[in-house]
Amino acid sequence: MSLYLSPRDQEMLAGKHGPAAKMAMSIVVRMAEVIGAPGLLDISAAHIDSTIYIGEAGLEFAERLASLGAKVAVPTSLNVSGVDEYHWREWAVPQDWAEKAQRQMVAYRSMGTVPTWTCAPYQTEMRPTFGQQIAWGESNAIVFANSVIGARTERYPDLFDICCAITGRVPASGLHLSKNRAGQMLFRLVDVPLGVQESEEFYPTLGHLLGKFALDLIPVVDGLAARPDEDRLKALGAASASSGAVALFHIVGLTPEAPTLEAAFQGRSPLKTVDVTMQSLREARRELTHASSDRLDMVVLGSPHFSLAEFRRLAPLLAGQQKHPQVKFLVTSSRVMVAAAEKAGLLDSLRAFGGQLTVDTCILATPMLPPEIQNLMTNSAKFAYYTPGLLNRQMTFGSLEDCVRSAVAGRVIRNESVWDE
Amino acid sequence: MGRVIKGEVVIPGQAQGVALVSNEPLSFWGGYDWQSGEITDRRHPLSGQIAAGRVLCLPFSRGSSTTTAVLLEAIRNGTAPAAILTTGADFFFALASVVADELYTQAIPLIALSAADFAQLKSGDRMVLAQDGSITIEAT
Repeated sequence: MSLYLSPRDQEMLAGKHGPAAKMAMSIVVRMAEVIGAPGLLDISAAHIDSTIYIGEAGLEFAERLASLGAKVAVPTSLNVSGVDEYHWREWAVPQDWAEKAQRQMVAYRSMGTVPTWTCAPYQTEMRPTFGQQIAWGESNAIVFANSVIGARTERYPDLFDICCAITGRVPASGLHLSKNRAGQMLFRLVDVPLGVQESEEFYPTLGHLLGKFALDLIPVVDGLAARPDEDRLKALGAASASSGAVALFHIVGLTPEAPTLEAAFQGRSPLKTVDVTMQSLREARRELTHASSDRLDMVVLGSPHFSLAEFRRLAPLLAGQQKHPQVKFLVTSSRVMVAAAEKAGLLDSLRAFGGQLTVDTCILATPMLPPEIQNLMTNSAKFAYYTPGLLNRQMTFGSLEDCVRSAVAGRVIRNESVWDE
Repeated sequence: MGRVIKGEVVIPGQAQGVALVSNEPLSFWGGYDWQSGEITDRRHPLSGQIAAGRVLCLPFSRGSSTTTAVLLEAIRNGTAPAAILTTGADFFFALASVVADELYTQAIPLIALSAADFAQLKSGDRMVLAQDGSITIEAT
């Protein structure tokens, strides 16, 4: 099958819209050929994960595009960067890293983007709408946009998202097309008590399990009796996109493309069916903890970035308490969300508790942790999944309440009551 | 001469090296140290292995959308696999190779194999990849 290019696509490819659009279109076209797409289609928004500083090559790519005069063709938000632009000196970030990460921020800002610097763009004014065709990077943002909102994006990697934003075009394939959005694997909740379904830890745990078994297929969850809020679905999606490559999930009776089981599968049969039992959930929850002792140096919250609602849940848990002097307590979020939390008076208790804030980035994307911090705790399955490999440190997974209690006690405490056999 | 299998060319190129094979997908972000070429995902069966210069055989990439950026750094740094074999055209790996070609004219070859051919691969096999997607395998 040969790739059809519109007259405008061909003009861009020929350099008639400038050298940056030419380079971006060349990459879009070559990748469309790799996946055998019949043509390209228009997008009306983008989210750029290429902002994360990894090393010289990513920086050279960004600065090449910027120096060629690249400008985005659609409203474009930016994912986390490699440094908290104004607060990195409070941490162990090397000067050289900070300078290069900032150069990368400058390059992407110069392209006419909106500097949101967050991995939760769906909780900002850049949130897409149902059915909207978008090109999003950042695995947790992709799965949220597709699953919870019903916007349409493929699982776009770093370096490609910006090419889509500059050209306003994506390969016409994958999750942009209705027929490819049908569920593929059925996950049936079997005898999972409502008390467990209503616990915070259930969502990242279920997400971890979905990713592990579905890998890159589209999972459908049936039998959920609880009504989780958006932050719980955000935790579920982020977990499934860490342990697996889930870009879209459906929950029957809850997410927009799954009013019924039949609708979720578009009338087709599941390729596979998995029963989700308390036993498999306990095992998934155990896998999220990598630590073998109750030692604790730091609690870290906010992957994906903390929302206003999460600040609202945290504030009363901290009220009137102080963290243990040997333990750090960090929340990672975006500038906009921190400003909103400040305005709502939700940060006073965090400061009194001895907690700290990092914006623009997170512990996984910037080398901020000093060497003495080795044992961490979080309520985020994404932090839990990546910390051992990326940071070579121990991580314990627990609920938000457990994270606060542990920070006060100076050692890991977990409430096992809903999980006990 | 060893046996020859034929895959579908995703990114053309010639390469040779010793195979490093797993049936488990891998995220390069948090799973591949581009400064050393070591596989660092402690949950992965290849954890601790050096993939630089090897023919890395994985069904596909997992998880984070940052895998491409990490592989691009590895290509620039000379710590990437010599080639990658998968079971389908993996967008994330292919993109790193395409961008490396645009920036440095330095792509690494990618070939997609049938599941049956992939299942026959073994770590330690010596492989020679040709431009047309044929792979000569000598078992050790």
